[in-house]
Amino acid sequence: MLPLRVHPVVSNPIEARPSPSREDQHGLEAMRLTTWYGERIAIRDVSLGFGKGKITAIIGPSGCGKSTLIRCLNRMHEVTPGARVAGKVLLDGEDIYADGVDPVLVRRRVGMVFQRPNPFPTMSIFENVAAGLRLNGIPTGKRLPDLVWEALDRVALWDEVKDKLREPGTALSGGQQQRLCIARALAIAPEVLLLDEPTGALDPVATLKIEELLRELKDDYTVVIVTHNMQQAARVSDVTAFMLAGADRIGSLVEVGPTSQIFTSPKDRRTEQYITGRFG
Amino acid sequence: MIAPTSGSPRHILTVDERRVALSKASTGRAADRVVAKLFWLCAVCILLLVLAIALMTVVQSWPSLTRFGIGFLFTQTWDPVAGHFGALPFIYGTLVTSVVALLVGGPVGLGAAIALSEFTRGSLRDLLSSLVELLAAIPSVVYGLWGIFVLAPILRQTVEPALRESLGFIPLFTGPAYGVGMLAGGLILAIMILPTIAAVSRDVLRAVPVDQREAMLALGATRWETIRGAVIPYARTGIVGGIILGLGRALGETMAVTMVIGNRPAVSASLFAPGYTLASVIANEFSEAATDLHLAALVEIGLVLLGVTVVVNAIARVLVWQIKRPDRPSAAAGNVVR
Amino acid sequence: MRKRSSIAWHRRLGNVLMIGLCVAALGLAVGVLLLVLGYVVSEGAGSLNPAFFTQTPRPVGETGGGMANAIVGTLILVAIAVSIGLPIGVGAGVYLAEYGRSRLATVVRFVSDVLTGIPSITIGLFAYGLLVVPLRSFSAIAGGFALGVIMLPVIARTTEEAVRLVPDAIREGALALGIPRWKTLVTIVLPTAIGGIVTGAILAVARVAGETAPLLFTAFGNQFWISSIRQPIAALPLQIFVYAISPYDDWHRQAWAGSLVLVGLVLLLSLGVRVAVRRRALGG
Repeated sequence: MLPLRVHPVVSNPIEARPSPSREDQHGLEAMRLTTWYGERIAIRDVSLGFGKGKITAIIGPSGCGKSTLIRCLNRMHEVTPGARVAGKVLLDGEDIYADGVDPVLVRRRVGMVFQRPNPFPTMSIFENVAAGLRLNGIPTGKRLPDLVWEALDRVALWDEVKDKLREPGTALSGGQQQRLCIARALAIAPEVLLLDEPTGALDPVATLKIEELLRELKDDYTVVIVTHNMQQAARVSDVTAFMLAGADRIGSLVEVGPTSQIFTSPKDRRTEQYITGRFG
Repeated sequence: MIAPTSGSPRHILTVDERRVALSKASTGRAADRVVAKLFWLCAVCILLLVLAIALMTVVQSWPSLTRFGIGFLFTQTWDPVAGHFGALPFIYGTLVTSVVALLVGGPVGLGAAIALSEFTRGSLRDLLSSLVELLAAIPSVVYGLWGIFVLAPILRQTVEPALRESLGFIPLFTGPAYGVGMLAGGLILAIMILPTIAAVSRDVLRAVPVDQREAMLALGATRWETIRGAVIPYARTGIVGGIILGLGRALGETMAVTMVIGNRPAVSASLFAPGYTLASVIANEFSEAATDLHLAALVEIGLVLLGVTVVVNAIARVLVWQIKRPDRPSAAAGNVVR
Repeated sequence: MRKRSSIAWHRRLGNVLMIGLCVAALGLAVGVLLLVLGYVVSEGAGSLNPAFFTQTPRPVGETGGGMANAIVGTLILVAIAVSIGLPIGVGAGVYLAEYGRSRLATVVRFVSDVLTGIPSITIGLFAYGLLVVPLRSFSAIAGGFALGVIMLPVIARTTEEAVRLVPDAIREGALALGIPRWKTLVTIVLPTAIGGIVTGAILAVARVAGETAPLLFTAFGNQFWISSIRQPIAALPLQIFVYAISPYDDWHRQAWAGSLVLVGLVLLLSLGVRVAVRRRALGG
């Protein structure tokens, strides 16, 4: 198990958890997550497991807290000034919010792709993909071009950009830029891949390409995707979680289950209302 | 083209190797602190600098401060030889030239701003705005040169005699027409603060929402009535702030004024008479001051100048706080909105 | 009907009058600009000869000579000013942009604006006390230092804006890769903001190149070339000032020429920045 701490710390005894076999299936598990922006609670008491080799989609209307939730999974939520998190998130069984855990190490194991493609503007395509390795000081030596090739090939971008690797990352189309960002995230070999509305800013063709890519990726990663597009969740995910914000504007988890079940026979009435378009 | 060195094995540097390397690579905790501290230091430098300036000015003027006390501000004599120093003539000269500058530069600047904001559009507006801002880019000494050889002769030969003819019953316009004098100083200052007032006013006016204008126009008002009744009142705070900003700049302006004001430490009623400003006397006498007391007195004048400009600028900032950070760096932004 | 149009006519007249006045004001402003520039060009152009750029001033009373040492002097002073004002200014600007919510940041921002309002002659007095008195000599260092202090808040402000403009998405993209915060700042955020930072620095230089007052008793002026920056040094604006207030026609002529060079330099820098900004905005 890879260390999340830089310095050895006496580990806190973790309270009773489910049987080992079921727990192993979770690449990532959120336990009783509550978050604040300053004094305002954003999401309350969310517990959710994300399976290895599966794509889990988080759906819900705007403001339900799904982006907040996913940003807690790689400790990006706390980057916002005044933001706080309570609860646990277990990465391979170890709580990423435990004392002494370095968020930087967490983020190297849990990758993220954002809604708007954000390639680094001063870097070429090659440099963008290599950024995670280079800037973290990983000695790749002569093998860097291979690693860049591997990542670009994985996202089916290699053939399109192989002749223009030295051009700026921003010279590509929106869909290509987003695949570039996925390649950039994959280059550092994360265990989990988080995608926060990855196709929100893309056209339908680019969207389908990315969905296809995600289906291929799930074999090797735990994939979590936030989407406001229900059809996308239905097409792409194995497990779907539905979140909702109450009148108090605090988000919580309403229901989670296999995608087919959520979309055909949801257990909670609110899920059913959302699915059938009654609100949100 | 960067080609892979090997064929297509899936993990060239294995996933595990990468993960281990990443878990061991530095997370930059220490560097984060050091770098943050470094930038913090630079910011603190500015703070310390201003404190140092204030402190140094007080310390250097100490002999004069203790000798003359508060009377320094009200004494008219400035006699380096006898060691009697009083700042009144300079305060007077600074005030008069600044008031003239505001009275002339204010309306012209505001008028130009209105013209720019309300009656020009697109690239013409950009061009004309740039030209007005260019006024702020011209160095003070060049204005002084122009003042000596172009403005002063015009004043001496044409304007001042004409004013004396027509308005000579007012004490302001009496006396011989030297050309150089407080009027010249005020006019040069007017030119120099005009771009400041114009730029700030233009920005505030442009920021007035369109529906304010449209509401008045819909009521049947003319363009000017709209401007006077809806636009200007809405932008009033910013405009006043811009004018005060201009005042701040006028108070501290040195070279151009020094070159055209005539450099005589006396309080006169007439605008035609030579005068002296706080900044000018420092500029003229400092490098040749013979006695320590003279130096200290000059620094005390600098202290007065410092205090006054800081207060005036602070007031202006409070009024213009949202304008002071323009969203595009205009070519003369550093000069115009000082 | 008649009543409405009779009210309208004097309102219409007032309207036309006031609009006319405003446009006239604008015309006046632009006209004055052209008047000043026009005189600088017409009086100065004739005196711009190779001698002007290569020779140092002649002794008092003699005609001829040039401002070569003054031009170089200005360049040297600007170089010293930049070496002081740029690092600290950029550092402060980055602090304000990146760590800018603290109380210190608010105070520093306010104080920085106060600093821009301090008359340059007062800063000259400060540099005098700090550097001229202890070193017992007027010097290029003192002059450069004074100019650096003037540049400092300008650069801090433009740097802060430039760094602020870097989208948060870029920062988050880097942090999400597990890149430490300081590295994100130095290798990704700052290079992205470099255009704006450089622009701000050039504007600050344009502003400071024309300053005379703070140099009067720091750099002081020099008829000759210098061999060390601890000596007094000539500067273009200083030279213009001395020549302008002198009684010699030849010096007046040279003052105009010097003004043309100075204004040309300042305008070139300001316009160059404008062009660069526009090109960057269009290129995207």
